[in-house]
Amino acid sequence: MKITVEEEKCCGAGQCVLIAPEVFDQREDDGIVVLLDAEPPAERHDAVRESADVCPAAAIHLDGDE
Amino acid sequence: MNAPGHVLVVGASAAGLSTAEALRRKGFGGRLTLIGAEPEPPYDRPPLSKQVLSGAWEPTRAQLRTKEVLDALDAEFLLGDPAAALDVERRSVSTASGTTVSADAVVVATGITARTLPGQSGLRGVHVVRTVADSLALRSALLKARRVVVVGDGVLGAETAATARLMGLEVCVVGPQPAPMTGQLGPFVAGHLAALHTGNGVGLRTGVLLDALLSQDGAVTGVRLSDGEEVAADVVVAAIGCSPCTDWLAGSGLDLDDGVVCDAHCRAAEGVWAVGDVARWHHQGLGRLLRLENRTNATEQALAVAGNILGEDRPYLPVPYFWSDQFDVRLQVFGVPSAENTVEVVEGDPAEGRFVVRYDGPRGPVGVLGWRMPKQARLHRAGLVDHYTQPLEPTAP
Repeated sequence: MKITVEEEKCCGAGQCVLIAPEVFDQREDDGIVVLLDAEPPAERHDAVRESADVCPAAAIHLDGDE
Repeated sequence: MNAPGHVLVVGASAAGLSTAEALRRKGFGGRLTLIGAEPEPPYDRPPLSKQVLSGAWEPTRAQLRTKEVLDALDAEFLLGDPAAALDVERRSVSTASGTTVSADAVVVATGITARTLPGQSGLRGVHVVRTVADSLALRSALLKARRVVVVGDGVLGAETAATARLMGLEVCVVGPQPAPMTGQLGPFVAGHLAALHTGNGVGLRTGVLLDALLSQDGAVTGVRLSDGEEVAADVVVAAIGCSPCTDWLAGSGLDLDDGVVCDAHCRAAEGVWAVGDVARWHHQGLGRLLRLENRTNATEQALAVAGNILGEDRPYLPVPYFWSDQFDVRLQVFGVPSAENTVEVVEGDPAEGRFVVRYDGPRGPVGVLGWRMPKQARLHRAGLVDHYTQPLEPTAP
């Protein structure tokens, strides 16, 4: 699994950080998503998928996800 | 009920699409059909009052999924064909074109439709902002206009006014409240919003209603307000709220009362569910029916409904969330604050244009709002979780 994020679409909700705090964070000044781990280990894939699903700005994309 | 063989989702916007995707994600291998009123593939609505309206984005950028991703969903899409009737017993839906689809489970995800102003029908220059077609039509009109009046002082009116102002138009916002979004966010934050708008050159007409649209030769020329003032305009935007799209369910036997009334599991009847803007479900944490018109709810409720269709049997207990962009300010709103709550600044400094406020009700914190402080607002959300996720104990009368 490879994660990409669209900073321009990100609305700073932080839903991804709530679900997968090992993978996502937010910038202090404007809340935009910070990708901590673009290729997380398998045990975090479910949380990452949920983060991508609930992202209110549809700003998280997953490649190579089975 | 056993796992259904065929799920029919009525509505192909964020909530409907998310339900379909969540079903697949949770292992549903049966037949999946989505019926959509609009001809476009599923798209995102928040950009319609912002990036699509301003022209910063091509409209295709608001599409929620690529064609490849939609194909991989292995679902049948019937687009541009609004649902016309539901037979609850048979769980079958007939469409405007006369097609009938029967399934084992039906998900109502038909969303909301923009209310229009009295006298708006047939008048050129009066617009709503709900669909991508609406947004593009308004953009086209604004590009040729000099003055716009936005009727409505809620979140859509405020965002649309900000976008139009940034496009260089003279903008006037008309509404009954003392400041934009007062009813939703309370006087403290609404006062900051009023200052933000006036500071950017938007004219606010507060505490007034629209009396009449003024027109000449079939085109709008302005508005007359309830206090008698007339404001000239080349374009008028109606942002006076929305109504749930439930007309097609009249006579179905479903309980329709400001949306499709559902139980705590978002179930409207045996095998019939509702999700997104149209769903008014029993929020057990709040102990009352709640209907949310926001983007986050569309996906979160979709996950809950998909799980419940597959037998997870879990109540839906979200901490509501929405955001809003107006000029250079981004608001994050967690929970359901109200104008009656007490407000306390818990982070930042309003004088410096960045702050977080907490809203307290009789039972404790009910809301958090970040003003240009997204991360800090999200961190304060933790203080709300119990209020929304612990089922409310019945209280003595």
